[in-house]
Amino acid sequence: MCEAYFPVDPGLGLEENFLSLDDILMSQEKLPGRAESALPRLAFVLGQGVGTGDSIPEGSKLEIPLWLAKGLHDSKRRIISVELPKIYKEAWRTVFSADANVVDLHKMGPYYYGFGSQLLNFDNPENPEIAQTILQTFISRFRRIMDSSQNAYNEDTSALVVRLDELERALFRAGQKGLIDFQCWEKGQASQITMSSMVQNYGKRKFTDMDG
Amino acid sequence: RQVLEEMRALYERNQADVSEAKSGRTDLIFLIRFRHCCLLRNQRCVLAYLYDRLLRIRALRWEYGSVLPTTIQFHMSAEEVEWFNQYKKSLATYMRSVGGEEGLDLTQDIKPPKSLYIEVRCLRDYGEFEIDDGTTILLKKNSQHFLPRWKCEQLIRQGVLEHILS
Repeated sequence: MCEAYFPVDPGLGLEENFLSLDDILMSQEKLPGRAESALPRLAFVLGQGVGTGDSIPEGSKLEIPLWLAKGLHDSKRRIISVELPKIYKEAWRTVFSADANVVDLHKMGPYYYGFGSQLLNFDNPENPEIAQTILQTFISRFRRIMDSSQNAYNEDTSALVVRLDELERALFRAGQKGLIDFQCWEKGQASQITMSSMVQNYGKRKFTDMDG
Repeated sequence: RQVLEEMRALYERNQADVSEAKSGRTDLIFLIRFRHCCLLRNQRCVLAYLYDRLLRIRALRWEYGSVLPTTIQFHMSAEEVEWFNQYKKSLATYMRSVGGEEGLDLTQDIKPPKSLYIEVRCLRDYGEFEIDDGTTILLKKNSQHFLPRWKCEQLIRQGVLEHILS
């Protein structure tokens, strides 16, 4: 029950945690954007040209990962301008305000909350509304997550978890763990010394030789 | 190692472009910036991977005790083994300084104990096991014993024995 391995949590708010693996995965998600000026010799890398000498003409549309967008974005906006992915736009915002519980957030990009927080870094006139929408969505979905995590004991939870994004899944797991610990305590098993889960995992895995 | 080579290649290309840019072609600044972003990204990924490995190795000390099984040690690099030994030493020094003359073994009694002796069943063949008053017990699969708690705790956490509640 007491685990010794504590991985680095993802960051909260506008900044990411440098060493957090969750944050790294999240910043890999792609954003639509537009090139503000001609970008020489980048066409091959970004998937639009054939030879390495091509340049991307001004104004063409690109899909770039978040880490690249953050690096190339400048307050004078000479290189890239980013647009919002469709889930953060007006149409989806009204869907969320109507009823947030029915949206399948995992399919829409499994890092809705984290990615949305990072989007607020780019200057965008709609930022306050985006922030408000994310907050409201979280509030309305939270109650259901809490209920389901506290009442699903010893069942297959995959049906409950499938529509949640990563942050919500972490919350769900925390709730489940609390529930399982409590049930153990009720049954009197709290003082039983158990095999640690790390040992169990290492026992099951077969180590293969790696080359190089 | 592959990542390091890639980083070196990118850096060299970047250097070439920087020198070109200094000689007057200012439109290449974007390319340099782009490559710089890629380098930073690679660096971040490598660092996070290595840091995560360190965190797991630290957890291993708490789970497995002072000696690691050879299968795991095989997969650690020399620096990681060095780090593990240093961590073991720091932990031992700390445990000695806390709690009286002999020190306090923090890796024991992770859950509050209810009694001094506990009932255990053996899950795997382990061999002979000696307890404080000198008697040796042969641990074979499915044999049950009544043993002092502090001796068995390590073995239970490693999965050799199983704690039974009456």
